[in-house]
Amino acid sequence: MNRTVYDLIGLSAGVMFILALKGLSHPRTARRGNLIGALGAIVATVAVFFYTTNGELPLNNLGWILGAIAFGVVVGVPAARRVQMTAMPQLVALFNGVGGGAAALVAIVEYLKLGEKATTAEVIATVFTVLIGCTSFSGSIVTFLKLQELMTTRPVVFPGGRFVIAATLAGTLVSAGWVVNSLGTTPLLVLAALSLLFGVLFVLPVGGADVPIVISLLNAFTGLTVAAGGYVLDATLLIIAGTLVGASGTILTRLMAEAMGRSLFGTLFGAFTAKPQDSAGAAETRPVKSGTPDDVAILLNYARRVVIVPGFGLAVAQAQHTVRELADLLTAKGIDVAYGIHPVAGRMPGHMNVLLAEANVPYEQLSEMDEVNPTFPQTDVALIIGANDVVNPAAKTTPGCPIYGMPILDVAQAGNVIFLKRSMRPGFAGIENELLFDSKTTLLFGDAKASLTKVVSALKAL
Amino acid sequence: MDAVAIISIFVLAVFVGFEVVSKVSSTLHTPLMSGANAIHGVILVGAIIVADHSETSLELGLSVAAIVLATINMVGGFVVTDRMLEMFKGKSGKSAAKSSGGDK
Repeated sequence: MNRTVYDLIGLSAGVMFILALKGLSHPRTARRGNLIGALGAIVATVAVFFYTTNGELPLNNLGWILGAIAFGVVVGVPAARRVQMTAMPQLVALFNGVGGGAAALVAIVEYLKLGEKATTAEVIATVFTVLIGCTSFSGSIVTFLKLQELMTTRPVVFPGGRFVIAATLAGTLVSAGWVVNSLGTTPLLVLAALSLLFGVLFVLPVGGADVPIVISLLNAFTGLTVAAGGYVLDATLLIIAGTLVGASGTILTRLMAEAMGRSLFGTLFGAFTAKPQDSAGAAETRPVKSGTPDDVAILLNYARRVVIVPGFGLAVAQAQHTVRELADLLTAKGIDVAYGIHPVAGRMPGHMNVLLAEANVPYEQLSEMDEVNPTFPQTDVALIIGANDVVNPAAKTTPGCPIYGMPILDVAQAGNVIFLKRSMRPGFAGIENELLFDSKTTLLFGDAKASLTKVVSALKAL
Repeated sequence: MDAVAIISIFVLAVFVGFEVVSKVSSTLHTPLMSGANAIHGVILVGAIIVADHSETSLELGLSVAAIVLATINMVGGFVVTDRMLEMFKGKSGKSAAKSSGGDK
């Protein structure tokens, strides 16, 4: 096939990607949008097998290429199909990281190939791809470790941390200049190593609750590296697709930060400027009111309006179905039941909607934060299941704490507050919740599913 | 391709990218990010091109690694996004909210 036909096919794939992003922005067309995107990717991938710059077909190393694709499919598809929906954010982070790594590798190979023939513009694009691609790769691995709780979810700050980061960034930029000047292989490897280190240092100080914003940002970064890689390879489609993802990812990052009431700057560098927090250990000795499943059942039974606030703990315990049973039971008793969904409940914006949809919770019972907040003064019981940070009044009252300024669900306005919690452990953001010690708060400790099952049977017995 | 054409494509794509996602509810942030993530897996095309160019075993090894990573990104990304959106089936949007009573 000639270059014109190939480029036109590339253009049609680019249009499909635009339609995909457009579709994904609206609930009714989202799934179709995703499928259009997948179709565009397939068209683009198939087309490349029928076009080479020198006109020789089939491609060199065809067996290796097909084998590598098959291996990637065998790894990627089962991972995507089997992952628990609760663990989905870290899988997205991982997918993003390997994409960034792939872009960096592509640029490195093309650089080795071009050698002395590379133009300055091509070298600069290579440097950009390697720098951002490696940063995105290692940064995404760290976000994965944080979300998987293989490492601490609190911001990691060490003495002189900001100087180490600044020095690494400076070293990265200097080695980038070195590559452009000397065109050697060694400078490029130094650049890759420093970029990998920078990615790790860049994500370490970010608190667990802010990790989704960072994933989104790294996603936009990876898009831009793909665009730069497209320039090096003279592949128009990669420029279009990469730029689209870079631009839409930037907007999405800003929207997410807004939903969490955070500035992007505060997310990335907040840990360096935050005041030291009160030690959580001191607070834990204070008394809390711990109740039995019967106490909880009685409170619920005599309520007129109950708002259920689901959090990540509910998802971990796979208690979506049990909570639905409880809600159905209360509704049958004539009690008004609503779910108050915080925009970032779970681990990512919209994550909780995915999880409750999985349990067939009726859509009309799900209320967004702005809808449900004004109703809390008329609510008798706020039942908080495995959530903490999204109802933590510290977001309003404690300037300098990691979640300060994040909009929260005003559960403190309700007549009674019930927390179902595994332990007194602080939430994902790692800060103490004063509401736990409030006089109108009752705590029921235990696994969310076990606790809910007991409450349901106690309620049936009443 | 000449520089002006490339810059034109880049700038126009930036604006299209900004425009298509400017109004999206927080419910869809996660699937949208995941879908965009899958789209940049199209670097697979670039990985195949460099594998075709490869002459030394070092170049081929790196290209094959790039193909594996890019394929995981692309295929895994679209599959996981589809799984997320499948759960919204018939439960999102105004018209769906009305009919979801009988939906199972």
